[in-house]
Amino acid sequence: MILALLASAHADDVVLWHAWRGDERTALEQVVATWNGAHPDQQVRPVFVSYESLASKLEAAVPRGNGPDLFIFAHEKIAAWTADGIVLPVSEPSDARLHPVTLGALRLTDDPRLWGWPLAYKSLALFHNRALVPEPPATTDALLDVARGQRGADRWGFAWEASSAYAVAPWLHGYGGGVFGPDGVALDTPANVDALRFVETLARLGPAEPSGALLTQLFNEGRVAMIANGPWFLGEVSDTVDYGVAPLPVVSATGRPAAPYVTVETLFLARDDADARAFGAWMVTDGAASVRLDVGRQLVANADLPVTDPALAAFRAQLDAAVPMPTRREMGKTWEPVARALRRLVRGSVGPEAAAREAQTEYAIVSRPPPAPADPRPWWVLGAVAALAGVAWLAREVRGAPIAAWRFAYAWVAPSFIAMTLLVVLPFLVGAGVSLFEYHDQAWTFVGLANFLDIVLARDFPLSSPLSFWSTLLVTVLWTLANVVLHVGIGVALAMLLREPWVRMRGVFRALLILPWAIPSYITALVWKGMFHRQFGAINGLLEAVGLAPISWFAQWSTAFAANVTTNTWLGFPFMMVVTLGALQAIPRDLEEAAEIDGATGWQRFRNVTLPLLKPALLPAVILGSVWTFNMFNVIYLVSGGEPDGSTDILISQAYRWAFTRGHRYGYAAAYAVLIFGVLVVYGQAANRLAGKKVL
Amino acid sequence: MRAPSPFHVALTHAALVALTVATLFPVLWVVKMALSPAQTFSMSANPLPTDVTLANFEAVVSTADGTGAWLFGRQLFNSLVVSGVTAALGVALACTAGYALSRWSFPGRDRLMGAFLLTQMFPGVVMAIPLYLLLDTLNLLDSLGGLILVYSTTTVPFATWNLKGYFDTIPKDLEEAAMLDGASRWTTFTRIILPLARPAIVVTALFAFMTAWNEFILAATLMGDERAYTLPVVLNGYVGEFGAEWGNFAAGAILVSLPVTALFFALQRHLVEGLTAGGVKG
Repeated sequence: MILALLASAHADDVVLWHAWRGDERTALEQVVATWNGAHPDQQVRPVFVSYESLASKLEAAVPRGNGPDLFIFAHEKIAAWTADGIVLPVSEPSDARLHPVTLGALRLTDDPRLWGWPLAYKSLALFHNRALVPEPPATTDALLDVARGQRGADRWGFAWEASSAYAVAPWLHGYGGGVFGPDGVALDTPANVDALRFVETLARLGPAEPSGALLTQLFNEGRVAMIANGPWFLGEVSDTVDYGVAPLPVVSATGRPAAPYVTVETLFLARDDADARAFGAWMVTDGAASVRLDVGRQLVANADLPVTDPALAAFRAQLDAAVPMPTRREMGKTWEPVARALRRLVRGSVGPEAAAREAQTEYAIVSRPPPAPADPRPWWVLGAVAALAGVAWLAREVRGAPIAAWRFAYAWVAPSFIAMTLLVVLPFLVGAGVSLFEYHDQAWTFVGLANFLDIVLARDFPLSSPLSFWSTLLVTVLWTLANVVLHVGIGVALAMLLREPWVRMRGVFRALLILPWAIPSYITALVWKGMFHRQFGAINGLLEAVGLAPISWFAQWSTAFAANVTTNTWLGFPFMMVVTLGALQAIPRDLEEAAEIDGATGWQRFRNVTLPLLKPALLPAVILGSVWTFNMFNVIYLVSGGEPDGSTDILISQAYRWAFTRGHRYGYAAAYAVLIFGVLVVYGQAANRLAGKKVL
Repeated sequence: MRAPSPFHVALTHAALVALTVATLFPVLWVVKMALSPAQTFSMSANPLPTDVTLANFEAVVSTADGTGAWLFGRQLFNSLVVSGVTAALGVALACTAGYALSRWSFPGRDRLMGAFLLTQMFPGVVMAIPLYLLLDTLNLLDSLGGLILVYSTTTVPFATWNLKGYFDTIPKDLEEAAMLDGASRWTTFTRIILPLARPAIVVTALFAFMTAWNEFILAATLMGDERAYTLPVVLNGYVGEFGAEWGNFAAGAILVSLPVTALFFALQRHLVEGLTAGGVKG
């Protein structure tokens, strides 16, 4: 019934997926409403999909026929998408003159066709607070002067996302460098090293850990005089700030302008549908574009529309000194290596030369060609033998067993058994199967055990590298151990206190202390991350209040690890407390009283009387808790995010990165998943033995 | 027992108060962000709100989609349906299985128990892709039904284990007497055992509900249309890679947390009693 209730799709609507928010979304909905009013037979239905998941959803849904008719996305993936048939060519717009840069971004080399309708373009530009910097600096030397001149106790001259590869690109281009050289990805060129030296200097003059949210806040509070940001910031800048926008300055050392990447927000055609084509062609007419310009404050691609807004005019000027975001497939694999190198550089742990070199080396690892294809035939034989052995084993187990007599019992467990097999075991087996393949450039190759060998023999990294399996395993074990000890220690201690009749307001304490369990963990993990911020976090605020020096929590392993453990301890101790409270109820206090009369101290009573009685109840909870902690993805991913340099990543977050942020190496990630499972099975066996009974 | 010294009592209370304050600190922060007019991250050590406005709550609750339909209501409905049905289905599956595992030592019982717990070791996030492909094959993508199926099966192992632990503590005499009177297994189970197991059932249902209510990684992967989103996915969107609406996030976080927190407090008494985690009898 619920399914029927929700299957309210209108089959013949043109479906348009987008990730636009705020004013852009309002403008889009207004334009669509206009179209729908004029074309009752060609209704368009915009569907918002969050930006983070839009690309992966498109890549999964469109080839399987579940995708939209149209979607809006940046142009940068067209090389891969045209090859995979995710997007279709469209006819040249004839009703409007569109900016040549935006049209050029939507063509491939040696192919005259146009792969989508360009809607708008986006790039970085320089925002300056007029009250602090009346005239924007025209050169990088002038920029450095302002950055130095405006530097104060809690204020800065210039800030930008110094450890983002996107935000650093203008300086790379300005120094004559860039991601690509004549022979592919070339990150360690002299020009890039010069640019990184400048980046290092500039970053030192700005605030620590400058995230997008922080830049917004600092600029709005007037605490930073200038920022490099994109047109999306126009919707976030406060009304109280008198600001101007200007193109980025010219690099003094080379005389070239700092050229940001420009991405073209494009309406792509995913299904060959006449209505969708008609709507697409209409979307880039000047009439539809003017709504997006006026309501959405979009930098529309239409060249004939006058831009009166001075901020938009500055972005329009920046377009003349901008580099279209490369569409080559290699590009996608450069982001993470460059970002990691930049973080090290900004943090001061490496210099510009080493940062450039390491970026190139890590790119080589991430983009490494897949292992040689393996012959699948022995595997078929092996699989068949394993299946036969399994059947034989099962037959032996079943033979002579009174199966028929217990038929009713099987009926009672069958529903959950079938559901588990289908939705938990089967996906895991599929994942395990995937680990024998490697995914590279949108194609699957059977590689046998190559992924496992690469991981276990640490072929790509030295053993000590944070990316190697063994050092990650060590971190994971430490992480699990630290958490379980703290969970159990705090949980048991609190439970022991909260059962004492002389403690006042026990109910209130108990209610408040289980609060962390009741609140969704991703919410509190994000809040804890904010509390650990170097300059603005409450933790450093408290440290300063008691006269201690603030700490860069995510700059070294020990403190980043401590931040993760603190968060997870906070989240996890209530569970142990409640389990202990329950177990304590079942323990008569006479024994402890007898021990007290015999002269045992409090600790002796706990150690020799209470703890042994608690053990049977606590042990399963401890073992289950350790398995959960071992795979606790949320906290690691949201709090430290693996910082610094992936050294606080645990196995599961490492696997996630290989699958989703490091070049989509699904096979490699699946092999990680199988290894995680293997480690836990071994742990479970060892725990059974230690516990002296079957717990897992 | 001997009464503790006044110093001991004072020290204990001080420690409890300190720990409670530390526990409440991040929560107060969320409240502060939710009530403050700026969309930025609150960054002072003081967790008490200075400016108070309900604008963030209003913004979060009043979101609408392209057609002007009330989006927040739809998403709240999704979350309630998914979590409620997950809890009911998960507990129903786990009750029968847990009872069978507790009472009857049929061949393969121990292996089945082991297999249930083994599934707790599967690395969750990495399974999102196979699950996506599976639900696509079953044509259950973008449907609450698919999400319910996935959630309720993931809750079954812990629920079964917990309920089995509680069933173990119920003496067998009651059922034997009922069976002698001619009651069927099913009648005995529904009329005698289930009412006695109420604390454990309630707590297990609460956990199943919370699993579904709080999950966002699978939901974000499996649900395409924002009208099919559950609230955690919406919340995550406020502070995702390109969002920085901390005020809205915090307001939403409070709205999302309130129902489960309320349930938690309402069921607190059962919580201690019903969480056996299979361990009480060893």
